[in-house]
Amino acid sequence: MKLVIGITRPEKANDVLESLFRAEVRGLSISRVQGHGGELERVETYRGTTVKMELSEKARFEIAVSDEFVEPTIEALCEGARTGEVGDGKIFVVPLDQVVRIRTGETDHGAVTPVHA
Amino acid sequence: MVAAATPPGINPGDTAWMLIATALVLMMTPALGLFYAGLVRAKNVLNTFMMSIGALGVVAVTWAVVGYSIAFGGHGPLIGGFKNAFLSGVGFGPRAGTAIPHLLFFAFEATFCIITAALISGAVVERMRYGTFLIFMVVWSIVVYAVLAHWVWGGGWLAQHGTLDFAGGVPVEMASGFSALAAALAVGPRKDYGRQALLPHNAVYVLLGAGLLWFGWFGFNGGSGYTIGNPGVLAFTNTLLAPACTLVVWFLLDLRRGGHVTAVGAATAIVVGCVGITPACGYISPIWAMVLGGLAALPSYAIVVWRTRTRVDETLDVLAAHGLAGLTGILFIGFAAQKSWNGVSDGLLYGNLHQLGWQAMAALVVPAYAFGATFGLLKLMGLFLPLRVSERVESLGLDTQQHGEEAYASAEGAILVTTESLGAEQEARLPVAVPVQP
Repeated sequence: MKLVIGITRPEKANDVLESLFRAEVRGLSISRVQGHGGELERVETYRGTTVKMELSEKARFEIAVSDEFVEPTIEALCEGARTGEVGDGKIFVVPLDQVVRIRTGETDHGAVTPVHA
Repeated sequence: MVAAATPPGINPGDTAWMLIATALVLMMTPALGLFYAGLVRAKNVLNTFMMSIGALGVVAVTWAVVGYSIAFGGHGPLIGGFKNAFLSGVGFGPRAGTAIPHLLFFAFEATFCIITAALISGAVVERMRYGTFLIFMVVWSIVVYAVLAHWVWGGGWLAQHGTLDFAGGVPVEMASGFSALAAALAVGPRKDYGRQALLPHNAVYVLLGAGLLWFGWFGFNGGSGYTIGNPGVLAFTNTLLAPACTLVVWFLLDLRRGGHVTAVGAATAIVVGCVGITPACGYISPIWAMVLGGLAALPSYAIVVWRTRTRVDETLDVLAAHGLAGLTGILFIGFAAQKSWNGVSDGLLYGNLHQLGWQAMAALVVPAYAFGATFGLLKLMGLFLPLRVSERVESLGLDTQQHGEEAYASAEGAILVTTESLGAEQEARLPVAVPVQP
């Protein structure tokens, strides 16, 4: 089991969701984060005050998957999030010790496999 | 004590009321901006609001330069003239047909032209280029608004044949509504339209904007009689009654369709009701105004529901809320106008078929002119200027890309750029300590 963390452009979040669902990856969390990864700063002006916005808005996907789903998840993230410009984001894959589904007490593989209600 | 000198022919009571009414109508433009801003996504709030604020600048100037004169500076059948261009001859003396100063009449009419141009922005928000929209408003306020205002208020052919329009069913509501449809078709849909859910980001702004619009509408309708006499009082009270009825009917329609009374629906209903009563407010009895208010909800509601199933991204439903409700109001005068209330003319229900005929003529010709002229104008402009922003800018949002500002800036990670630190550009780059709250 792995936790796949994808940091993407917020405006590409919908495309990422589409490609994840197409790859049948259905369990995920998404949050809005701010970060910096080397992209050009944006300049904004408020009356006399000019500022460089060093942090940009990003969407952060967290997806816990069983081993056979790691590659399809990464592929889907790349496919949905890539524009080719600096700032497309990053994917981190980290090992997972344990997963528990709270409702049933199922653990690990059973817990990361979505229920088809 | 010396009494302030009032020029002959000027009524101080009328003048005092019209000064207030003018300010009320001016406030409706930022109120509209707020209404529209709540209906778009968070990344386009400022751009949407700024389209209305832009009208306060460019359209007011255009009106002073030439628009007013084309609308009110003569009695030709199609356009006025140029004798009042650059406010020439607009002074303290009374405007013909009123007991208020000509200068005040000009200012009151200016506020109408401003909000009408701003209304069209609802059709093109979230993708039209800001500069192009400002230029569009300048030309539109001359070739569409001023011309239509002349037809029905300035002594043009509709006025000569007796078409009644108390406060703007023709030049404001039908003109903006059908121009909005043309603009939506000429500019094209947003790139994500029909693919993603594009939802209002703040319904509180929408409700507050609608509330302020209604408040301002007492000046809009109540002032359109140019007097504190009966027409003004009748229009004022009808502006209270009709939208209330629209709200109640809209609640029922919402409840029947989705099982809920919705906030965005209520805000829309307020606008629809105010628009519906606008042309008729000084011509029909309070009871007929209530009937009109309820009735106006039906076609507008139907179009709001139907439009979203089409490929026409007339984004904020200007056609439904203004074009159609205005058309309903214009036609309703032909049925329910009552000489005992308005002192001018009866409608069909009181034995005057002629009135309905000329109301129907306005309801046919005005939408056709507004639609055709606006579509042609935007297609022509499109040959020289880009109408839309790029897809990339549309994705990122127009606030940061077109204005260099954000509505909801967190300021986290913002680094101050001063004239001194420009030399030290390199040092200001990351990775240096980013000011973050401990």
